[in-house]
Amino acid sequence: MSVTFKSLETILERYPPSPEHLISALQEVQAKFSYLPKEALAAVCDHLGVPLSQGWAVATFYKSFSLEPKGEHEISVCLGTACHVRGAKNLYDKFRRDLDIAGEEGTTRDLKFTLRPVRCLGCCSMGPVAQVDDEVYGNLNQRKAGALIKQYRQR
Amino acid sequence: MQIRTLEDMQTAKSLGLAQLYPDKPKILVGMATCGLAAGAQRVFNTLTRQAHEAHWDGVVEKTGCIGFCYKEPLVDLILPGKPRLTYEKVTPEIAGELFQEVAAGRIPENHFMARLDEDDMVLNGGPHKLAKSKLKGFLAKAPRYEDLEFYKLQRHLAMRNCGFIDPDNLQHYLARGGYFALYKALTEMTPEAVIEAVTVAGLRGRGGGGFPTGVKWASCRKAKGWPKYVLCNADEGDPGAYMDRSLIEGDPHSILEGMLIGAYAIGSTEGFIYVRAEYPLAVKTLQRAILVAREAGLLGDNIFGTGFSFDIKLNLGGGAFVCGESTALMSSIEGKPGEPRAKYVHTVDKGLWNRPSNLNNVETWANVPLIIGKGADWYKSIGTEGSTGTKIFSLVGQVKNVGLVEVPMGISIKDMVEFIGGGVPETRQFKAIQIGGPSGGCIPKELWDLPIDFDSLSGAGAIMGSGGMIVMDSSTCMVDVAKFFLDFLIDESCGKCIPCRLGLKRMREILEEFSSGKGSLADLDELQSLSEAVKDGSLCALGGSAPNPVLTTLRYFRDEYEAHILDHKCPAAVCKDLITFSINPELCNGCTACAQECPQGAITGVKKQPHQLNPALCIKCGACKEVCKFGAVAVS
Repeated sequence: MSVTFKSLETILERYPPSPEHLISALQEVQAKFSYLPKEALAAVCDHLGVPLSQGWAVATFYKSFSLEPKGEHEISVCLGTACHVRGAKNLYDKFRRDLDIAGEEGTTRDLKFTLRPVRCLGCCSMGPVAQVDDEVYGNLNQRKAGALIKQYRQR
Repeated sequence: MQIRTLEDMQTAKSLGLAQLYPDKPKILVGMATCGLAAGAQRVFNTLTRQAHEAHWDGVVEKTGCIGFCYKEPLVDLILPGKPRLTYEKVTPEIAGELFQEVAAGRIPENHFMARLDEDDMVLNGGPHKLAKSKLKGFLAKAPRYEDLEFYKLQRHLAMRNCGFIDPDNLQHYLARGGYFALYKALTEMTPEAVIEAVTVAGLRGRGGGGFPTGVKWASCRKAKGWPKYVLCNADEGDPGAYMDRSLIEGDPHSILEGMLIGAYAIGSTEGFIYVRAEYPLAVKTLQRAILVAREAGLLGDNIFGTGFSFDIKLNLGGGAFVCGESTALMSSIEGKPGEPRAKYVHTVDKGLWNRPSNLNNVETWANVPLIIGKGADWYKSIGTEGSTGTKIFSLVGQVKNVGLVEVPMGISIKDMVEFIGGGVPETRQFKAIQIGGPSGGCIPKELWDLPIDFDSLSGAGAIMGSGGMIVMDSSTCMVDVAKFFLDFLIDESCGKCIPCRLGLKRMREILEEFSSGKGSLADLDELQSLSEAVKDGSLCALGGSAPNPVLTTLRYFRDEYEAHILDHKCPAAVCKDLITFSINPELCNGCTACAQECPQGAITGVKKQPHQLNPALCIKCGACKEVCKFGAVAVS
């Protein structure tokens, strides 16, 4: 844990103690740990002089923040309009079924994948699309989605 | 290099021109996000590797997106004295073959798309002839850009540099007349004259509302308070619109230059760009552009030695649609949740940190250098009287030619879908065009002669919005579309005001009744009145326009709603409670593809014999229909 907090300190050092940096600082923490650990959220708020309640409000308002640990690979399936009219809902359900995710979104028990819907990746011409980590996959269908999961499971 | 004087500008410009059109062969790869999603990185890697291995005396470079998304990955070949040649759907293998041909001094003919004889270079003295001699053989017969239906009606003004320059290269931008408009504004014009030019040009906000940009700038200039902020809205949240992403990824300096001119006009020294974190490449491109501009002295203190100072900070959005709303966006930059506030005090008076703030979107900023560089009268001559200039649309959905389209305002929906888009897939019929995103509406075929401009669209119940245009055909259910947008808006509602937070949920429940076949005609009236209430009672524009998709589908597609209610049928065969899947034994040849794909084991049968589908097990996921090559899966 000491290592963890060391890297947190290096993030905080760069921010003057002023509330306007809350979102940017939390984004860096999120990028570092892939989620916002409770202690880290408290430490950021403390450093910037923001009440924890406001930190909580921000962390739960914006979709890019997560209070739960994320899986090794993050799958974002686009549910934008262009993808929707090309069957994105069925595609999303296929991912949910294959990854055995009970709710609308979530992380697999083995912490291998996190699945979440995203509203438009801006690749509407190739819809339906999904993004795994930093790679965008276009013109998907349910069969290709199944193959994609298999491919990442083996990595 | 430092750019402080006109001489520095001219030097950088000629250096840039020599790079854009060098005296040796050059290969360009379109590497915006859409190109990358189609595999452009591997194409680029193949080309650079082969060029390296062959000790080739030529250049391989990346560029942005020229809009032909349905033909990605695109590769361009620029040979001295020849037209620019574009190749489509280039895989790494094809790129390898293409390179071999070029290295051997031949002109590749495979996967050829079109040739460009003149480079428009609108901000650098007009068309530059690329073909220096009479074309012969293959080239003479090869189609020109202007011959392509997708391109013929287009005019790339905001997208003037996209697909031509390396977005990270400042000299490329200067070579095409970049930053000369800023120089002109700072050295020849008063701030008032700049505002006057933008006002006379008739530029209206490209982000949604279509508010006159000059009027906004003038109010912000007049507002009391210091410092004043100039902001760029790059939180492109409208699903189905991606022109802002493409502009940033292809030509980031055009946005910086627009903001600099705006800051000079308004009297501001500090700017912010609020960009979606979901666009990692756009974020990186902007970061680099700001850094390069700062190093060159185009951002920072005493720009061109005129005493004018301005710098820009980048803020990453947290993934909230509502942050595209001006007050929510400002609240987010302040480090708070992005909740809008009532706007009886305008943001030009009290915006970011309660200081006068001027917010425009990416495309609006990119238009500003054109107005200053070419003059208000020139700009005004394009488009219609009330909506001047061009607009970029993302033409997507059920249409053959998908991509970014920049056309003069006033083009008809029919031309957009039938001509530019090439129509809907053969076996289906055009039904509607959805424009304006979740705040917009669906416009039916009966109205397809309607000119696309700010005022005609709002008259029809939609809005221009940021220019997302989703084509819908007979396979799209309008009740489902209304449900889709409500789901989106419920998800994205910030929850501050009741009409939006609760009203939308109730509307969604009524729609669910329809799509499960349980609704009544009285519910239709209820939906209508609830929509009006949400529209009137919401605090911000997100809530105020949220019922538009429902209202326009009710207005133009009432028969579809009635089919769900009275006949318990979904005419487009989308709503799962009202459809059943079956296999047509006459078309099924027993290839077993569907049975392998079915997650439920609902499909059984002997190989090479027609299969059967057990409706009791079927979850209507449609996987079988997707894989069937014989059209044997029927949905009724």
